[in-house]
Amino acid sequence: MKVIVTSEGKDLDSKVDQRFGRAKYFMLVDTDTMEYQVIDNEAASQGGGAGVKAAQITIDSGAKVLLTGNVGPNAYEVLKSGGIDIIVGVNGTIREAIQKFKSGELKSEGGPNVASHHGLQ
Amino acid sequence: MKQIVIISGKGGTGKTFITSSIAAIAENNVISDCDVDAADLHLMLSPVIKEKHIFKSGKVAILNKELCTGCGECINVCRFDAITPYENIVTIDPISCDGCGICARICPVGAIEMEEKVSGEWYISETKYGPMVHAKLNIAEENSGKLISVIRKKASEIAEMEKRDSIIIDGSPGIGCPVISSISGTDCAIVVTEPTMSGLHDAERVIKTARHFGISPCMIINKYDLNIEMSRKIEDYAQAEDIPVIGKIPFDEEVVEAIIKGVPIVEYSKGEIVDNLYSIWDKVLDILKLKDERIKKDAIK
Amino acid sequence: MIISVASGKGGTGKTTISTSLALSIEEEHVQFIDCDVEEPNSFIFLKPDNLQKKSATVLVPEIDKNKCTFCGLCQEICEYNALVVLKDNVLVLPELCHSCGGCSLLCPEKAISEVDREIGTIEMGKRNNIEIVYGRLNIGEAMPVPLVKMVKKYIQKTNTVVIDAPPGTSCPVIEAVKDSDYCILVTEPTPFGLNDLKLAVGIMRELNKPFGVIINRHGMGDSGVEEYCREENIEILLKVPFEKEIAVAYSNGIPLVELYPDYKKKFKNILNMITNIVEERAKTKIIQERQL
Repeated sequence: MKVIVTSEGKDLDSKVDQRFGRAKYFMLVDTDTMEYQVIDNEAASQGGGAGVKAAQITIDSGAKVLLTGNVGPNAYEVLKSGGIDIIVGVNGTIREAIQKFKSGELKSEGGPNVASHHGLQ
Repeated sequence: MKQIVIISGKGGTGKTFITSSIAAIAENNVISDCDVDAADLHLMLSPVIKEKHIFKSGKVAILNKELCTGCGECINVCRFDAITPYENIVTIDPISCDGCGICARICPVGAIEMEEKVSGEWYISETKYGPMVHAKLNIAEENSGKLISVIRKKASEIAEMEKRDSIIIDGSPGIGCPVISSISGTDCAIVVTEPTMSGLHDAERVIKTARHFGISPCMIINKYDLNIEMSRKIEDYAQAEDIPVIGKIPFDEEVVEAIIKGVPIVEYSKGEIVDNLYSIWDKVLDILKLKDERIKKDAIK
Repeated sequence: MIISVASGKGGTGKTTISTSLALSIEEEHVQFIDCDVEEPNSFIFLKPDNLQKKSATVLVPEIDKNKCTFCGLCQEICEYNALVVLKDNVLVLPELCHSCGGCSLLCPEKAISEVDREIGTIEMGKRNNIEIVYGRLNIGEAMPVPLVKMVKKYIQKTNTVVIDAPPGTSCPVIEAVKDSDYCILVTEPTPFGLNDLKLAVGIMRELNKPFGVIINRHGMGDSGVEEYCREENIEILLKVPFEKEIAVAYSNGIPLVELYPDYKKKFKNILNMITNIVEERAKTKIIQERQL
């Protein structure tokens, strides 16, 4: 299955970017083959509504699940409407995150876990 | 690595003077001036600019006068009163223009184009107290959180790379988008207030704002001896709201002298105020330690 | 005539000056418009009676899902990321909307209408001859400018109007001062005051607005501001000395002219001077236009 993981770098050993809306990259990973594609996050340069744009990018990628650190309320609303499963609190490397996901260690969240604008760090 | 932001709600309470003091006291830090609208911190820390970057944000409508027929369709749709009739055509006021782009879309002759706007500049500098990231927003620009997020992101990158212990952030006054950007994701937000009715009123609003975005603030009452009764009212308010008062600073003429000299007070004075500021920093460290312990406890659960 | 009072730097005494100016005007109808919608506090000094409160709203889009074909044009048009079009749903993110009206105007199916969303409140009251209007932005709202515009709508130009502008130099300040006939810049005699005064002067020149400076807490700092004003040929309208009594009165919400009634005369003189400058300017403008 295809998942998106927010990433600080361009390979599987990069760290999971704790932000969603203004994450550096999105890694689109096929969990069966571990093949991956690096998507530049164009939303990061937005003045406002970065989370919204990032959510759109995620939905358009065809991924079914999002793995990240934090998701704010706007992004959450859009992702949920787009049918994406959201898993927050994910850290470590991309590879480690995918492993934990495949082994069933990570659970989907009930709601946005940070207030609006949290990612503006 | 911890992020500490200093905000005030009301302007003029001494936010920048306190930020400069903390920047001078705290060791191994990065300084971030997020008060981009009327930046003053550089006057205290004497930064030497190493890098300058252009900041672009939003768009502005530009009229091609040769193509314009003066039909006025653009005037009808503009919600920002940015377009007015002029001679036989129209004129667009770039200051009022919000960059929505509707005029460009509906112009029947394609006489309007949207261009990316240069809204300001940001800088990476060196100071005696650590690297500093700061900015200058051009006049009449929309102060959205974007420039502040650029500054904060750069400050974080530098802190990571140079293994700095903390980022000291001079926040914006008010309660809107710039403040929200200044305080998001910080580990400690210090509200600086003064013992006046306006000071209390405005502190209440910025504290509500901080809480709305998940930040628990603490407080410093500056110039507290100006009105002891008012100071007490503020302390009562803080206690009722569970906000720790980490410092009460008496009015001190040496503060103005230090500002005039352009030097943080801890370098200028040997008076009580310096001890006061050092003890405030100790209290900040305590708060940060408590936060870490709480996070560890929650993780174990 | 509309006089705005602004400051560049916050905390220089803008509200001290603006409220005392309003209290010194001996006309039948004076309006005080507090445009510092993030932190309005003129009411602390003017203490208005008969307070009325109104909800202040902006327009945001509402999608009729029956008419919508999910073509995605509205999302393409929106510069603010306030609309998201999915396969079978359209999301509106109202706090990101700037109320430009573009989506509603250009939707090919006419599926978008505009509805009200509250961003704050407008409160009105009276104190003797002064009608006071101020806006209060709701906590969590990011954009003050629409509320500043709404507060300004209450201005009736037949009165003498005093506008209290927000501090700083960005959008809401411009909105507050841009339609005034004259702007008073309040500063303090320190390097911070001078730094921010220069920014504020930049705005005045950009807007081609006649302006003058009032130095508050004169004597507390250095002579940098005075020297700057002299070099730049900027009129210093008044110097209010740095005095503990004034500071204490302020901290208790007591206006300057209540503490020292003699100041009323000083403010009246300033008002006369401003009136002359504004009238001269108007005459010059008419002559210039006739020549064209």
